[in-house]
Amino acid sequence: MAKVLLEMNSITKTFPGVKALDNVNLKVEEGEIHALVGENGAGKSTLMNVLSGIYPYGSYTGDIIYDGEVCNFHNIKDSEKKGIVIIHQELALIPYMTIGENMFLGNEQGSKWCIDWNKTYAEADKYLEMVGLTDSSKTLIKDIGTGKQQLVEIAKALAKHAKLLILDEPTSSLNETDSRALLDLMKKLKGEGMTMIIISHKLNEVSYVADKITVVRDGSTIETLDAAIDDISETRIIKGMVGREITDRFPKRHGVEIGDVMMEVKDWTVYHPEFSERKVCDGVSIDVRAGEVVGIYGLMGAGRTELAMSIFGRSYGIGISGELWLRGNPVTLKSPKQAIEAGLAYVTEDRKGNGLVLSNSILRNTTLANLKGVSNGTFIDKDKEYEVAQEYVEKLRTKTPSVDQLVGNLSGGNQQKVLLAKWMFANPDVLILDEPTRGIDVGAKYEIYCIINDLAKAGKSVVMISSELPEVIGMSDRIYIMNQAKIVGEMKASEATQENIMACIVGVSGEKNYADGEGSEA
Amino acid sequence: MNDFSVKSVLKKNVMTIALFGIYVLFVVLALVFKSTNMLEPSIVSSLIEQNAYVFVLGAGMLMCMLTGGNIDLSVGSVVCFVGAIVGLFSVENRIIQMPLSVPVVLLIALGVGVAYGALLGFLIAYVRIPPWIATLAGYLAFRGLGTQILTKASETNALSLPNTVASGELSDIFSGRLFETDWGVMNIPCVIMGVVGVMVFVFITLSARNKKIRKGYQADPVWYVAVKLSLISAVIMFFTIEFSFDGGMPTVVLWILGVLLLYGIVTEKTTIGRHFMTVGGNAEAARLSGINNKRVMFFAYFNMAILTVIAALIVTVRTGAANSFAGQEYELDAIAACIVGGVSAYGGAGTVIGMVVGATLIGVINQGMSLVGVDQNWIKIVKGLVLLAAVVFEIVSKKSKEKSSKIQTKKSSSAEDEIAKAQAEIEKAIKDALDETAEPSAESVVTTES
Repeated sequence: MAKVLLEMNSITKTFPGVKALDNVNLKVEEGEIHALVGENGAGKSTLMNVLSGIYPYGSYTGDIIYDGEVCNFHNIKDSEKKGIVIIHQELALIPYMTIGENMFLGNEQGSKWCIDWNKTYAEADKYLEMVGLTDSSKTLIKDIGTGKQQLVEIAKALAKHAKLLILDEPTSSLNETDSRALLDLMKKLKGEGMTMIIISHKLNEVSYVADKITVVRDGSTIETLDAAIDDISETRIIKGMVGREITDRFPKRHGVEIGDVMMEVKDWTVYHPEFSERKVCDGVSIDVRAGEVVGIYGLMGAGRTELAMSIFGRSYGIGISGELWLRGNPVTLKSPKQAIEAGLAYVTEDRKGNGLVLSNSILRNTTLANLKGVSNGTFIDKDKEYEVAQEYVEKLRTKTPSVDQLVGNLSGGNQQKVLLAKWMFANPDVLILDEPTRGIDVGAKYEIYCIINDLAKAGKSVVMISSELPEVIGMSDRIYIMNQAKIVGEMKASEATQENIMACIVGVSGEKNYADGEGSEA
Repeated sequence: MNDFSVKSVLKKNVMTIALFGIYVLFVVLALVFKSTNMLEPSIVSSLIEQNAYVFVLGAGMLMCMLTGGNIDLSVGSVVCFVGAIVGLFSVENRIIQMPLSVPVVLLIALGVGVAYGALLGFLIAYVRIPPWIATLAGYLAFRGLGTQILTKASETNALSLPNTVASGELSDIFSGRLFETDWGVMNIPCVIMGVVGVMVFVFITLSARNKKIRKGYQADPVWYVAVKLSLISAVIMFFTIEFSFDGGMPTVVLWILGVLLLYGIVTEKTTIGRHFMTVGGNAEAARLSGINNKRVMFFAYFNMAILTVIAALIVTVRTGAANSFAGQEYELDAIAACIVGGVSAYGGAGTVIGMVVGATLIGVINQGMSLVGVDQNWIKIVKGLVLLAAVVFEIVSKKSKEKSSKIQTKKSSSAEDEIAKAQAEIEKAIKDALDETAEPSAESVVTTES
């Protein structure tokens, strides 16, 4: 048996009114990749924050034994000194600084008063090579894609002489190619003796990379699975996470009649707003019928979001050409307002960035896109507004103490429900859902799928953009495959498999293209 | 959120309570140190009259700040400029020999506001000039322009409004008393207005509550409504009775109430107000929800310019002259009122009533310290500290609130501690200032009587 590097014994952390961690035990052996899985709010991040000293010694009970000694970390610096480095989900890199500057931020090379830039960049290049990044360390962060930025974060951690690396959702903003590259890098680092803890919602990645999997549920560690001995299939992990077996991850739609063509886009071309010669959508033609769920699958940067937003009242892009037909009539939508009035809804992939007003209540967010529905045009009927918000909270089973709760205080899954409620209340005919289940846990995903099915049953047309293949195949009636600004394939969901969808993408680009990471910032 | 425990109600109204506390404190201090009665009718009405412009400008600044913490730095200079224009056209001077009639002068002043507001709104909303830069330009240019007009028009760099204007038509609109009676005699119309005001307020509150109950919604508890109604009624009656012994209801109170009611309703009850809040809360989300962000920005600044004209008229008529130094630092007073009143410096949150509390708090500190005989410089220092304390308090209490509702805070008691601390800080700052200046400033009594 290998040496135990980290042992966390009966960690209990209480926040007022709630035990966030209840007697948690975690044992990590040297040189292994240990995955921490659990639903949102299960306590994974809290546990890692205890470990890295963000919650200082004394604010929790229990022992942390690291490398054979009991550790009482008072802050992040303490834990970093011991070689415990955490990489957070949201990247902490500064766009207008170079890779090298970012890597040694707070860890500057040279003397106390003067930074030795030659040493900085030489060291940076050394670590970049270790993570397999070929860009110069003098490149600005803003000029590299998110995939590479994640590698820079790892290089930065290595530069701090990390012995235990904690990665919090490292692939949440990466496309599949970049994710795979990152996971392979983790395996390579493991081979070199690094110990890693990964927190992830993507269970296929966890199965791929982890040696041990610890399941956290409701603030307690439920079980630790060993890849060498136990079954670590996705269904097995999910069972541990939710405490029951989800036999069907995608609820079936029964008796939904697919009607006439509701929306049709013909020969749609859009140019990038800043690089005006770059096409982000190139001759795209798609249609969707009433009661139908159409999936658009594509890697990040394929132009899916750009397509959706440009259709939605030209809210993205310039030089838009092509035709848009709604209910058999050609329409021109020049603003989101016109699009909403015409019966379109765009449920954004970036709910915090441009979907919700986090500093406002559930109530206000719910009625935002359809204030007319709760007012006489000028004066808002607050009682009616309350009623509407309450109705949607109940209908979508949003977990909240009241509709006056600020949206910023909700979990990701519940925020997504508020976002959906907002657009459902706008009563559109066509809903474009952009990555509707990104960053939310398994249970909430299932509920979102049920909502999508209800929408289809109600005769709405749903366009679902997703980069999760099983989701697209499991939820859609029909699938478009998009790559490099073009539609490269269309198939019925019943005929679709992961293999033939990927074949469409590979068929066009000719090779597995790692360049997509660079396109993804668009 | 719908928490009506005594603790949470007190916490929500901490600024109002602070205002009451500080007012009482100054009443006592003034009585003890200077044997001045701050509750005297003339002093109370001058508190309102002197700060009238802050309420009016504060309402406009609130709308600007809602759109994302944007401010208008030009209002003070525009007040000076509009004052100069009013003086120029209503007094015989070196440029204009034939004064115009009051309605025409008012139209010209309004025209200036419309023109400047439209230009400013256009530059900020459509040309996308950052608001503080566009208004900084206005700050510089209009002070210069106003001063230039006054210098050319008059030898004294000021235009005194003649009696026909200062105490004539213009005065009736912006200054003076309604149904004026002698000082010290109870003015009956004023008291009637107060009683009617209380009755209307009670009626509206109760009928709204009844409607809620009838429809089966959660209504505020009886004790809360009772306390709220009696306190606010008491405040209304306090002011009307004070006014009634000082010649009657000041006309400017109607302007203040009109502006505050209008903007209170707009921000709380209308879709337009919601648009302002949303643009400030998340501009992209607002845009994708079909809100025209540019139009919102345009109207924020257009509206500010119109309110600036009203404030300018109030101030010019009250002082009876157009001066080149009129309106100095008014923009900062309005911003401070908003900030102290809990309007978010980042936009998206704030109420008219909060701004009113903030403006009054600053007004009370100003007046109280002057009456107690504190040096003007010390008043500035204290005001600065109060502003800082208010922001620190807002951010700290927001943080602990966020944390506790995300159930991630470390100590639950921190919020109350912080409130207590912030209050103690404010009081200590005031006391310190008083202690230090009580001796030297004894001879330099600054009166607020005008």
